[in-house]
Amino acid sequence: MTGQRKITEITVTWFCWLSGLLLLAALVILVGYLIRRGGPVLGLSLLFGDTPPLDALLLRKHVFDGLYPALAGTLLLIIGAMVLAIPLGIASGIYMAEYAGGRTKAVFSLLFDILAGIPSIVVGLAGLSITIFLHRIFGERIMPCLLISCLALAYLVLPYLIRTTQVALESIDPVVRRTAPALGASRLQNIGRVLLPHSLPAIIGGIILATGRCAEDTAVIMLTGAVASAGIPRSLLDQYEALPFYIYYISAQYTSPDELATGFGAALLLLLLCSALLVLALVLQRRLTIFLLYR
Amino acid sequence: MGDRMVFREHLFRSAAVICGLLTLAIFCFLCVLGLPLLQDGHLLSLLSSPWAPARGLYGIFPMLLASILLALLSLALGFPVSLGCSLLITALAPRRLRMLLIGMIRLMAGIPTVVYSFAALFLLVPLMRTLIGRGSGLSLLTAAPVLALLIVPTMVIFFVAGFEKVNRAHLLALDALGGSRVQKIIHILLPGARPALINGTLLGFGRAMGDTMVSLMLAGNSTAVPSSLADSARTLPAHIALVMASDFDSMEFTSIFACGLLLYLVTGLLMLLMRLPGRSPDNES
Repeated sequence: MTGQRKITEITVTWFCWLSGLLLLAALVILVGYLIRRGGPVLGLSLLFGDTPPLDALLLRKHVFDGLYPALAGTLLLIIGAMVLAIPLGIASGIYMAEYAGGRTKAVFSLLFDILAGIPSIVVGLAGLSITIFLHRIFGERIMPCLLISCLALAYLVLPYLIRTTQVALESIDPVVRRTAPALGASRLQNIGRVLLPHSLPAIIGGIILATGRCAEDTAVIMLTGAVASAGIPRSLLDQYEALPFYIYYISAQYTSPDELATGFGAALLLLLLCSALLVLALVLQRRLTIFLLYR
Repeated sequence: MGDRMVFREHLFRSAAVICGLLTLAIFCFLCVLGLPLLQDGHLLSLLSSPWAPARGLYGIFPMLLASILLALLSLALGFPVSLGCSLLITALAPRRLRMLLIGMIRLMAGIPTVVYSFAALFLLVPLMRTLIGRGSGLSLLTAAPVLALLIVPTMVIFFVAGFEKVNRAHLLALDALGGSRVQKIIHILLPGARPALINGTLLGFGRAMGDTMVSLMLAGNSTAVPSSLADSARTLPAHIALVMASDFDSMEFTSIFACGLLLYLVTGLLMLLMRLPGRSPDNES
């Protein structure tokens, strides 16, 4: 009996440590390989190629052999999607935490969970179908473009924003929650002056996580207007380049070692961008709390 | 003043209603655009026939099979690792290592899918080509470990949250009786977190079914019915991404809306399954 117990003890312990080790090894190999292949090309010339950086930034010259248009496209996507998603997501989160109750809340909760679970390719497909509808109404002018991608990405990150806002508001200490109303504040004043500022770090953390999701998603943008070479988009109705799509494109279509090296550079760049956003979310949460406490 | 307040409160509700309606709107869009295929009563033949546009067959059976096979395979690889890793974090590792592991898991959750696949394309594919001994090295077996790596962080985070909700009194009682860490795992943590384990696995399955980039870049995208795991195959999301290029009014194009609808229904069903009575509702999404 004790012998058998000992075997169980050892097996379970080893199993757990091995799984942890396996995961760590996978991460180290992956990141190490990307750094080894992408590290040497990382630099200004990766972004701007032979074009002087200042001319490229001021849009005076086109960048043909650098990642600058792709990076700019990704940033534009993020800005556009977040501008659309933040007001809607946070307002819905406030409604879920402060106003909805009983069956209404349960129904909305299920809807938002389904929304969160919809695969991004399906969101992209929905964006594409909207484009087709618009195309039938407005004619040739409407093609897959930056605007449609922003709409679809905003849609993709809505559940993150709703959930983080809701959870942040719901986890506020009941004492804090009741103080302002006890002093005569209205429900709206309580939300605006006490509850929202109090949960701001968590909400901003959620926004940054949603930003990371916008930056990395490939499936949505490949259906809604990302192309391999378009330069910097001049309007919302233009097609655009984006980092994740560039990486996918290179993986399938590279013709020379140079292009492949640029692909590795792009992969490393995207990895750094997403990790930086993640770390920022974690640091900012702590910083913001301290900042708000000692204001 | 009063009017403005009421107005703002209405604003919050309308935002929630809009978001809720958007969820349903996607469903309607997919239905309307996939209608030509559903209308002719071809639903069953659509799900069971092969993909051969030249012969007028637009069935998505091979893709459905490949999606399910790949999701199950990556779950079979990912579940034990997730379980072991989450137990390591909860019960076995010293405090400092625990923080390190949680940090690592969070970081992994943030790594873009396309980056995973890109690296695997140059690391794993040549290896698989040698191991399988035929073909290009792009196969279900190549995509599965990468997909597993993708869903592990989600599952670990879910499992750890589940273990943390296990009744503390039971843990203290076991400590008082002089139980070992492994006994704690077997007799208290695992039974106590069963709902979370099931829900986390369902969530992982949904992720695996819905992921596009890994299968698109690593599984080979052959439209034939895969006869073994070492075969190249095309999943539903990859099919949507690939058929995209053709004409808007063609039957090929209509069939991808059926794929989209199927994926929507599967993920929606998983969400409903997670809410079965006896499962604690979780909000970490």
